[in-house]
Amino acid sequence: MATDHESEPTTNDAQLITTDVQATGTGRNGEPTEPVVTARDLDVHYGAEQALNDVDIDIPEHRVTAIIGPSGCGKSTFLRCVNRMNDQIDSCRIDGELSFHGKNVYDEDVDPVALRRKIGMVFQKPNPFPKSIYDNVAYGLRVQGMAGDVDLDAAVERALRGAALWDEVNDQLDSSGLDLSGGQQQRLCIARAIAPDPEVILMDEPTSALDPVAASKIEDLIDDLADEYTVIIVTHNMQQAARISDKTAVFLTGGNLVEFDETPTIFENPADDRVEDYITGKFG
Amino acid sequence: MSTETDDTLFTDVDLVWEHRKNRIFLAIIFAASLFGVVALALLLLDVASDFYVGLTEYNISLVDFFTRDGSRREELSGFRGAIVASIMLMIVTAILSFFVGVGSAIYLEEYAPDNHITRLIEANLANLAGVPSIVYGLLALAAFVNGIGMGPILLAGAIALGLLVMPIIIVSSQEALRAVPDGVRNGSYATGATEWQTIRRVVLPAAMPGIMTGTILGLARAIGETAPLIMVGALFVNRMPYGPLDRFSAMPTQIYNWAAEPSQHFIHLAAVGIVVLLAFVFAMNAAAIYVRNKYETEV
Amino acid sequence: MSTETNPGPGITGGGGAEEDMAANRRARRLLFGCAAITVVTTLAIFFVLLDNAASYFFGARFTEMLLGASAERSVTFTEFFTGARWAPDHATPAHGVLPIVFGTLAITVGAAFVSIPIGTATAIYLSEYASDGVRAKLKPTLEILAGIPTIVYGYFAIAFINPVVLSPIAETLFGINIGRYSMLSGMLVVGIMTIPMVSSISEDAMSAVPDDLRNGAYALGATKFDVSTKIVLPASISGVFASYILAVSRAIGETMAVTLAAGFNANITPNPFDEIMTMTAYMVSMARGTTAVGTVEYQSLFAVGLLLFVMTLAMNLCNDWFKRRFQEEYR
Repeated sequence: MATDHESEPTTNDAQLITTDVQATGTGRNGEPTEPVVTARDLDVHYGAEQALNDVDIDIPEHRVTAIIGPSGCGKSTFLRCVNRMNDQIDSCRIDGELSFHGKNVYDEDVDPVALRRKIGMVFQKPNPFPKSIYDNVAYGLRVQGMAGDVDLDAAVERALRGAALWDEVNDQLDSSGLDLSGGQQQRLCIARAIAPDPEVILMDEPTSALDPVAASKIEDLIDDLADEYTVIIVTHNMQQAARISDKTAVFLTGGNLVEFDETPTIFENPADDRVEDYITGKFG
Repeated sequence: MSTETDDTLFTDVDLVWEHRKNRIFLAIIFAASLFGVVALALLLLDVASDFYVGLTEYNISLVDFFTRDGSRREELSGFRGAIVASIMLMIVTAILSFFVGVGSAIYLEEYAPDNHITRLIEANLANLAGVPSIVYGLLALAAFVNGIGMGPILLAGAIALGLLVMPIIIVSSQEALRAVPDGVRNGSYATGATEWQTIRRVVLPAAMPGIMTGTILGLARAIGETAPLIMVGALFVNRMPYGPLDRFSAMPTQIYNWAAEPSQHFIHLAAVGIVVLLAFVFAMNAAAIYVRNKYETEV
Repeated sequence: MSTETNPGPGITGGGGAEEDMAANRRARRLLFGCAAITVVTTLAIFFVLLDNAASYFFGARFTEMLLGASAERSVTFTEFFTGARWAPDHATPAHGVLPIVFGTLAITVGAAFVSIPIGTATAIYLSEYASDGVRAKLKPTLEILAGIPTIVYGYFAIAFINPVVLSPIAETLFGINIGRYSMLSGMLVVGIMTIPMVSSISEDAMSAVPDDLRNGAYALGATKFDVSTKIVLPASISGVFASYILAVSRAIGETMAVTLAAGFNANITPNPFDEIMTMTAYMVSMARGTTAVGTVEYQSLFAVGLLLFVMTLAMNLCNDWFKRRFQEEYR
């Protein structure tokens, strides 16, 4: 039952106060690390419709990987394959391999519930539970049976600090999560995702429902999260991908992964013409 | 979905108990869901077997059953008067409740301004739907049977049932009217039609299948209603009514009369009566479903 | 959508249009009259019950008093509300309503113990677990259960539940010989008939919980059990409560099933195998049509009916409140 608690997020506090929007994802002490999530020949069908086609990708640890592409290109589908949220959709069929630390998550012996306890997720629309702020953050710890093993109050505080929300809500932990503003709700959802201390955080267009100020706060936060977590973020906003990610994957129509490289390379010197067309707005 | 992972990756997450908990929970709620199904099966089986035993062991002749009226003597008892009374009741109830019910629905959906009178009518409607059926019987008893001296006649019973099904008809008609897209109305207004013309020529025809479905379902409920008729005084009559102003006993009240008798013969007569009543109820429900399915695609 | 739609500038109302507008106004007035009938019905119920109940307590109806009849106390409120014996038609009459109120409440509570857990479990199964195929069969089955006339449930109780199910149990386990009627039989049969109300309204409430919330919980590694009990049920709780109240209200007013199941013996008893009488069963037993007008039996019908009406009205208002709260939560 013991998950690794050795990471100490309290070191974040100093950084969280900073408000400047960091331009790129450089500055990470990122020598190439072993990939956390890898896909090989990944195909996804919804009924007869193909959503992903032969995707191969290696997503590195402790980096922010952005997935961009026009709508309907399969970027969200890919994200939902990683923590098997596609299992919720009956018509969804998955072939090929998607591995987490080298273990195919679609193997018979992998339990999606166990998998999701290692991989957190933040959704497009903020979806706090209709519970208090405290209960929202504690929810993951409780369902994962960790509530008895850890100091819940401290864990909630740590998660809220990690999501840069603590200073705004520490005096109203008992009020409903639904009473917060949209941006605060999304940060609450991030706190909820990081509270059980997952290894990977998936973000599905986390700022698309927010105003620009709230969105930039989330962007700052994502940058900080990469110190401890592997972040995979789907976004339709290319500037956002350029600002916050270390690596960028470009999906184009038909569920094809066209190019995957360091973010500056993708935006300044893409290898594929179609990517260049997409980046410069000629397509999509 | 096995919990035992040979890989070290997920072994720190112990889900054995979690999965056992889930299986137990699913077993419990599945069993609970079946409870209603089993109860329905037992009920129908019980009625069917009593019906069969009635025909075989108590020699209830179906021909006599449909051609004789009620009687104090079990071997002479039949259901004809009750069936005729119930059919008459349904016709009069339909006449009384349909126009007023649909009219109310039209007012509430198409005309009513958003003020507190409208809100009062709507709130009152919700409460009327929750008034016990026996209370409608009391109203008819005091106001019509004795109040204006109508006596315990079929019309009084139909009034009680009409008031009872009115909320059902209104609510389902409102839903049907609401389902008519606004574009249809605007198209009509744009040609210079008044609201009433729009309603009569465009909205009402489009909503009619839904209204009919709701009305038939309401009547299917009314045909089985017993308590209001007992209150009105439809208990101690055996002969067939010759019109809405005649005294009567309908199918459900006749069944109650029989079921409350200690004699087994009467109990089995009740079972035969229930088969007939359920046939009416199911046929009306089937008709409602037929109307809904037939016109659903067109609207 | 107001009726005073101005036909537009430049149109002062040529013959046809004016006539049409007049027809429209007439239709509007007529339809308002229809809608008003529903309000009149409620008022009439209340007035009739109050007026006739007065004759039970004061010896004359309010309307008769207005015409000069003198009011004399025949039954005191103290006796009515606190007396423990109910026999208005007895040679030595007693007017304590408590035994039949007990009967009604006992049946209601007992039925709630059947319909609430089973109905809620069914709703969770339908909303969270059942495949489309199972749902397509289970839901219509429950609708049939809801559509069966209450008199048939009464028959089921008197011909099956009591003699075939309960009688052997009472005899072998407790050595009690039960008669044609028993309280437990009434609880069971009313419980069964209110299951579909709880399950269908609760399921609607649960289905209205947005999938976002479920996904949020699943993404945290919650199991289906966690999602059902800790997310969906709490999020839909006011809608679920509304279904409970509706079922309880229905059980209070239920007549034919309890009359044939629980019987006509007004007494307060803890023994579930005893015959009891509910308020509605009393009303059925006293129904005499026209012949009984002016007797205390006839008058007592309305006193009991008024009490019943007030009880269900309170429940309906509660239900309204819960429903409105639920709609506010998910609008």
